[in-house]
Amino acid sequence: MVRLDGASSGALVEIRDLDKKYRRGGEEIDVLRGLNLDVEKGEFVAFMGPSGSGKTTLLNLIGGLDSPSAGTVRIAGDEISALSGRKLAAWRARNIGFIFQMYNLIPVLTAFQNVQLPLLLTGLSKSERKRHVEDALALVGLSDRIHHYPRQLSGGQEQRVAIARAIVADPTILLCDEPTGDLDRASGDEILDIIAKLSRDFGKTVFLVTHDPVAAKRASTILHLDKGSLLERAGEESDGKTGEKPPAA
Amino acid sequence: MKYFHIIFVNLKRKKIRTLLTIGSFMVALFLFGVLMTIKTALGSGVDVAGADRLVVRNRISLIMPLPYSYRDVIRQMPNVSEVTFATWFGGYYQDMKNFFPNYAIDPETYRTVYPEYIIPDEQWNAFVQDRQGCIVSPPVAEKYGFKIGDRIPLQGTIFSGIWEFNLCAIYDAAEKEMISPEFWFQYKYLEEQRPFFKGTVGWYVVKVKDPAGAVAVTKAIDERFANSPNETKTETEKSFAAGFANQIGNIRLLILSIGSVVFFTLLLVTGNALATAVRERTGELAVMKTVGFTDASVLGLVMAESLIVAVVGGAIGLGLAKLFTLSGDPTGGMLANFYLPNDSLATGLALALAAGAAAGIIPAVGAMRLKIVDALRRV
Repeated sequence: MVRLDGASSGALVEIRDLDKKYRRGGEEIDVLRGLNLDVEKGEFVAFMGPSGSGKTTLLNLIGGLDSPSAGTVRIAGDEISALSGRKLAAWRARNIGFIFQMYNLIPVLTAFQNVQLPLLLTGLSKSERKRHVEDALALVGLSDRIHHYPRQLSGGQEQRVAIARAIVADPTILLCDEPTGDLDRASGDEILDIIAKLSRDFGKTVFLVTHDPVAAKRASTILHLDKGSLLERAGEESDGKTGEKPPAA
Repeated sequence: MKYFHIIFVNLKRKKIRTLLTIGSFMVALFLFGVLMTIKTALGSGVDVAGADRLVVRNRISLIMPLPYSYRDVIRQMPNVSEVTFATWFGGYYQDMKNFFPNYAIDPETYRTVYPEYIIPDEQWNAFVQDRQGCIVSPPVAEKYGFKIGDRIPLQGTIFSGIWEFNLCAIYDAAEKEMISPEFWFQYKYLEEQRPFFKGTVGWYVVKVKDPAGAVAVTKAIDERFANSPNETKTETEKSFAAGFANQIGNIRLLILSIGSVVFFTLLLVTGNALATAVRERTGELAVMKTVGFTDASVLGLVMAESLIVAVVGGAIGLGLAKLFTLSGDPTGGMLANFYLPNDSLATGLALALAAGAAAGIIPAVGAMRLKIVDALRRV
């Protein structure tokens, strides 16, 4: 269930009265304005909207990469906007997996070593880390590329390594910022299949930022950001629970 | 240790830059090692100078002699246990380039005032009994292949002509710093053979009974010979040795100046290299923070790179300096105790670490303060 009216409570993600302003060249820009959003566990939500509408900013706020100008972001009961830098880093490591458009793999590390990065922060033993990394890479179909460097992989394979890195620590939420934006249609579809599978079979709560309506259709809910506010529209494959256009937050 | 791989691959990604930065540390620490070796060699006399010994010389200059008669006067003074003396001879062996300090000593008192020198009794007795006897230090014996019983001719410079000597002893010393290129012979031989400066000595060395009263003895000696034709300047052996070493300049200041310039340059070079490396990896650092690396751990990773470069470069530089000094005094006798002490090695390594930390701190803090959102926007 996804709601925009700020009325529900107990959802995995609860965003209330969220404002985000940036200063650019002495001018203050309102990117997000009084935004409310509730998302239950296991939902697959796509954010669409024109460039500069605040999609990535909202994703960053949910992931604790940025702090709000006003309002709160509460994930599984934790108000992450109130966490200190160190606690926030630890919280991110446990709860959030990020997938970027440009993959953002570390070029001097192999696929195995890239995927292992989040696990270095845990107390897992070397053999436990190895098992987790191998499982994650198997899940994205890259067991045979485990010791390849990013430069030895195709774009789609790199993104699959990035997905493996995002899920290796078994986070609750996956944040995907245009994960297919740099891929051809076939590779993009493969990536979207994996992301959809993670939501469907593994119960991951997925937030997908995309400009691509075809990609957005994979989500159970499509939300449009426009001028700092969220609007829900019924997607062709959304469950249509709130098929009509809801009031702006 | 689980992060070591990340540090290692980051250092490896621009091999030439890493090698050049390590090379900067290597050169700087090599230079530091050589300078410390020179300082040690020049200051070795100062380090082993006896606290209970005073040196009395002519107030005008060290090259001006003092009357032999002063010996008995000084010996009678309170708190004086023994007085010995020596006179600079200034000869050389076969060729002027074969120079080593050589001077006439008083066999009756020299061993009493300088008990640190180890000479077997039979060798010492042979020296005392042979008017042309001489004693050399191990560096002189090794360099010229002298053996006990050899006849050694020295060409006089102050007192002209060939002076013949018989090698009776090769001394040793408990402390390595006591051993320097030296040649001693009997004062009586010099006194009998020289045509001028008869009845004089170069300088006196006074052994005091109580070092706490050394200042009073210093004052008493200089006051006793004040307003005489040969006024004295008395000082502790330590300040005499320091003054002797400083004749070629203020070594400490020289080393400090060169060292400071080198290390400052090193900071700029290393700091710039590391800052460039961090700038190139902005996106990667942001990703690491995104997956949960804390600001402190990112700071630690960057600092570790800088410190590893510093330690590796520093260790190689100091190792090369040590190797260089193992080949011995390159000046042929001017720097007898030419070796790099272990405490200087430790100081060098500490300096390398400090320079590495100072060079790394600004880029590391920059990496620590990196805002993930801003950095990802730049990728």
